[in-house]
Amino acid sequence: MQGSGSLRPIVIPGEAVGGPGLKPGPGTYSEGGQLFAAQLGIRNEHDGLVSVIPLSGRYLPQRGDAVIGEVVDIGPSHWLLDINSPYPAPLHGTESPWRVEFGDTARYLKVGDVIMCHVLSVDEIKRVQLTMQEREARKLNGGILMEVSPTKVPRVIGKQGSMVSLIKDLTRCQIYVGQNGRIWLDGDDRSTALAAMAIRLIEERAQAVGLTEAVRELIERAAKEPRPS
Amino acid sequence: MEDIEHFAKQMKLIDADGRRLDGRKFNELRPIRLEAGVLRRADGSAYMEWGGNKVLAAVYGPREAHPRHLQDPARALVQCRYNMAPFSVSDRKRPGPDRRSVEISKVISEAFSSVVFAEQFPRTSVDIFIEVLQADAGTRCAGLTAASVALADAGVPMRDLVASCASGKIDGVVCLDLNKDEDNFGDADCPTAVVPRTGEIVLLQMDGHLTSDEFEKAMDLSIDAARRIYDLQRDALRRRYSVTLEDILKESPPVQSPMQPEGRLPSEDDFGPEGI
Repeated sequence: MQGSGSLRPIVIPGEAVGGPGLKPGPGTYSEGGQLFAAQLGIRNEHDGLVSVIPLSGRYLPQRGDAVIGEVVDIGPSHWLLDINSPYPAPLHGTESPWRVEFGDTARYLKVGDVIMCHVLSVDEIKRVQLTMQEREARKLNGGILMEVSPTKVPRVIGKQGSMVSLIKDLTRCQIYVGQNGRIWLDGDDRSTALAAMAIRLIEERAQAVGLTEAVRELIERAAKEPRPS
Repeated sequence: MEDIEHFAKQMKLIDADGRRLDGRKFNELRPIRLEAGVLRRADGSAYMEWGGNKVLAAVYGPREAHPRHLQDPARALVQCRYNMAPFSVSDRKRPGPDRRSVEISKVISEAFSSVVFAEQFPRTSVDIFIEVLQADAGTRCAGLTAASVALADAGVPMRDLVASCASGKIDGVVCLDLNKDEDNFGDADCPTAVVPRTGEIVLLQMDGHLTSDEFEKAMDLSIDAARRIYDLQRDALRRRYSVTLEDILKESPPVQSPMQPEGRLPSEDDFGPEGI
């Protein structure tokens, strides 16, 4: 298959992605000195490390990831959060920004509350722990929550956060992007809708060249339209 | 009483020129159509038409395994449900799992367990659903082939796609990919699934009798056909993902940005997880 000009060809599980001398990175495996793709995605080589960037798949928590979680259960000293991954993620009372008495957890977070937090640790059997002991971490009140494919998150954020800050500047929305594909938006109705539209565009056209410009154009064009009074 | 033993012998399944009932030669496959990503809600999906077979496959996961006591702390479960629609066969099939579909589900899930990197997802399950909408012999091979594409579409890490094909014996001749009449009135049917890259066999069953020579011949036919099917699977996945990529370009032709001179290939960083 040809990579139609400015696009790179996709690799399919089992496809050879490199020979001896290269190291297997995420999304690949080695067998008999050869490297093969383990996932459907785009081949990437950097400093002799070959990896496959997946085009689909579920979110797998990694230490340090900023995620947006929803409280699904409350224990006497912890909350259980759904972070859009195959694993339930507990947030212990001592990892919250509050002084939580034993059995008093429901005073701070209730079932259905949404928070921005970080992955504190993931062990070898994928037990996840969350923490709110970071500057960004907070309870998210109001706003809307949307979900995109976790494989598209890097595109939504952009290089050094360029994409998300562009949307923030143009729409004057507050935006939090979680590595788990959840995005929280807050602002007035019109700008939230605009920001959501821009994010959908990014998700649809994640691999397009000049995406930032396309997003800027979309928002600016939409912003010029007369406001419905 | 009628002598039903002679019925099959009166029917010519393969003629003197080596043509079968549907005009195929002994080593020809039925026409195959395969499409990836046909369902919105599933993590991955595929639809396959293989001769008279119509099969839909959907994959979910890795997701939390339920019930909890089935969870394996070391690896993911690969679970499969093969199901035939009541209208898939000429006599209405009584809905629900029966001995046959439970067996097929088991052998298919075992075939996939050997290619999926299950250790990467402890305590989870990868669920594969195969729905046979129309059956015409060889549904387990069609289901397995479609499910393998659905797994790749779901982004589940695995060693390779699994390709599958059956061969059997009709009127004493070893033939590839039996259809319903050949399966019903033939002498043997032998479904096979292989990992094409390494040639490993992950599923092998046989209904009827084959001599060891015939068996060898049947295996050669199946393995050769599996490689052809493998190409169709890869094509289906490429079509699914390249179409989205091409559509993207059609809808939004590359905008000239000062940072990206025209014709330049996107750099490594363009796709990578970017610094945050």
